[in-house]
Amino acid sequence: MDDLVVHVEGIGWWSPGLPDWPSAAAALRAGAVPDAAGAPPPASVLAPNERRRAPEPVRLACEVAAQACAMAERDAAALPCVFASAQGDVGTTDAMCAALAAAPRDLSPTLFHNSVHNAAAGYWTVATQCRSASTAISAGRGSFAAGLLEAAVETHAEARPVLLAVYDVAVRGVLADVLDGAAAFGAALVLNGERGPHACASLRLRHEAGAAAADDALPAALRPLAASNPSAAALPLFVALARAEPARVRLPAGRDASLAIELLA
Amino acid sequence: MPSRIAPLAVTAYTATSALGRGRSAHVDALRARRGGLRANDFTRVPLACAIGRVAGIEDVVLPDALADHASRNNRLAWLGLGADGFLDAARAAIERHGADRVALIVGTSTASIDATERGYRELDGGRFPEHLRRPHLHTPHALGLFLEAALGTRGPCLTVATACSSSAKVFAKAERLLRLGIADAAIVAGVDTLCDSVLFGFNALELVAPEPCRPFDAARRGLSLGEAAGFALLERAGAGDAPRLLGYGESSDAYHMSTPHPDGAGARLALSDALARAGLTPGDVDYLNLHGTATVKNDEVEATLVADVFPPTTRASSTKGWTGHALGAAGILEAAIALLAIEHAFVPGTLNSEVPDPRCGPQLALANEARAIRVAASHSFGFGGNNCTLIFGDGRVH
Repeated sequence: MDDLVVHVEGIGWWSPGLPDWPSAAAALRAGAVPDAAGAPPPASVLAPNERRRAPEPVRLACEVAAQACAMAERDAAALPCVFASAQGDVGTTDAMCAALAAAPRDLSPTLFHNSVHNAAAGYWTVATQCRSASTAISAGRGSFAAGLLEAAVETHAEARPVLLAVYDVAVRGVLADVLDGAAAFGAALVLNGERGPHACASLRLRHEAGAAAADDALPAALRPLAASNPSAAALPLFVALARAEPARVRLPAGRDASLAIELLA
Repeated sequence: MPSRIAPLAVTAYTATSALGRGRSAHVDALRARRGGLRANDFTRVPLACAIGRVAGIEDVVLPDALADHASRNNRLAWLGLGADGFLDAARAAIERHGADRVALIVGTSTASIDATERGYRELDGGRFPEHLRRPHLHTPHALGLFLEAALGTRGPCLTVATACSSSAKVFAKAERLLRLGIADAAIVAGVDTLCDSVLFGFNALELVAPEPCRPFDAARRGLSLGEAAGFALLERAGAGDAPRLLGYGESSDAYHMSTPHPDGAGARLALSDALARAGLTPGDVDYLNLHGTATVKNDEVEATLVADVFPPTTRASSTKGWTGHALGAAGILEAAIALLAIEHAFVPGTLNSEVPDPRCGPQLALANEARAIRVAASHSFGFGGNNCTLIFGDGRVH
């Protein structure tokens, strides 16, 4: 199989108490993350009326996406985008299914249109006036790896930088009994197949058979964060990016497969 | 403007919808102008509308090893997978290329939300009943997880969930994976099923017609919802005469979550990108399967686009009067219809429609037409302004 090498131009991050990549990178290098929840993601890329209407996962995804574009100094309007989430908008799913069980004819139209998995991609492309391809994907705990591979393939195939945003919110309500997700987590990368002046890291990717190992490569203090959210399966890569040293990580990518990622020197 | 791509071979494909199970059922119903819509007998709470319901889903029994994936959507996936020998063709491709080298890319908008809805209806002390406490059902990736288990692929596997363009975009993702050598074959799929969310959701948006939908009719009153499963096997084109994927275009409207751009800006971009990848001009397209949902806005925008861009020799129709709008499965269902139009040399017309919207050009085919079709395209436009256009070619000439 051909390996794919992509260059990282921008990084976005939001987790409770770590509202951006610089603060997250410092925490990941130190191997300690805060307990404090902090303020919710500001998502200031959305117009105020859209921000009020947008559900939590959309605000989270748009926040990290905007951070990554800003760091890359890329105009979001020109970037094809891939939004990946294992569970999508579980809050909207909860509200919609509860409404359908009670009085289906009274379902709110806004609740329904917010329920589509590509809500984040939709709000984002409207807010940034992006007419490029936008994609919303899901792949369980492999959602980050699937999104990273998809974005890497797209930047090479189309010879354009591509935005990747991955996010999952905390699961509340009835679904908390069934699905994992104690806290919100979002991260984003601007990837380019060409090495440009803003490249801050280079990744070699390879899809491999065989499951990824557990998170035992992570410092013990970071394992609760990795376990708190399906998108945080990405954590080993972000630890490597924070340390900015050559590293190899394997992330879950399907039933019996993984994505091997080498952070190049 | 994207560069031209090498065509991919569509070495197997199948569809199951309200028209029946498999390709022959679709050709027969389309040729006989026998629609699949019927009065809504699906929802527990009455909703006066027509639906494209697939017969027999409730009777599908999943194999024991897959039984814990049981949902309406996964039952329909299993029903569709076995049609036209597709499951055997997929397994042969996995054997031929190796499981690691076969990607599985599926499109759905409903996933198994039918099971989630049921959990909420059957709450027991505030909890789902035991048989529904299965995380792999209550996720947008439920279809991908089911098919990955059913097929045993170990290549890249993901679910595309971009509403009504979902299972059109799977073809684009597969082409790129094959072009870059990440996989040697791709199984692409689209499965969506009727459920309360979509029926009452589109009802809340006032987009559901009280009668069977009439795409592009001046008096159209909205869409009819349907359900479908479609599958295709994509491989690098060899010497055979299998039909070809010639091009695709993906775009965003950047306009509104649930209303199309008034000038069809995103749809036009998806079309021009698809033509550029195929190395074709609009005049090369013999048949265009329209998104044609029969909502006032969609058909208004799409009719204007077709009238502006295509010559009268391009024949265009919406087949949603036959099947209903299969949402996340519409892309691959209508790709299959475009491939059948090539294979059987006919244009399916636009069922239920009599007086075209004045915006329609001479391209709109209301009646069926016998015609050699070398190039067929398909439009898929979704919520969030998410657009995808596909172009297929006759493998005997391309």
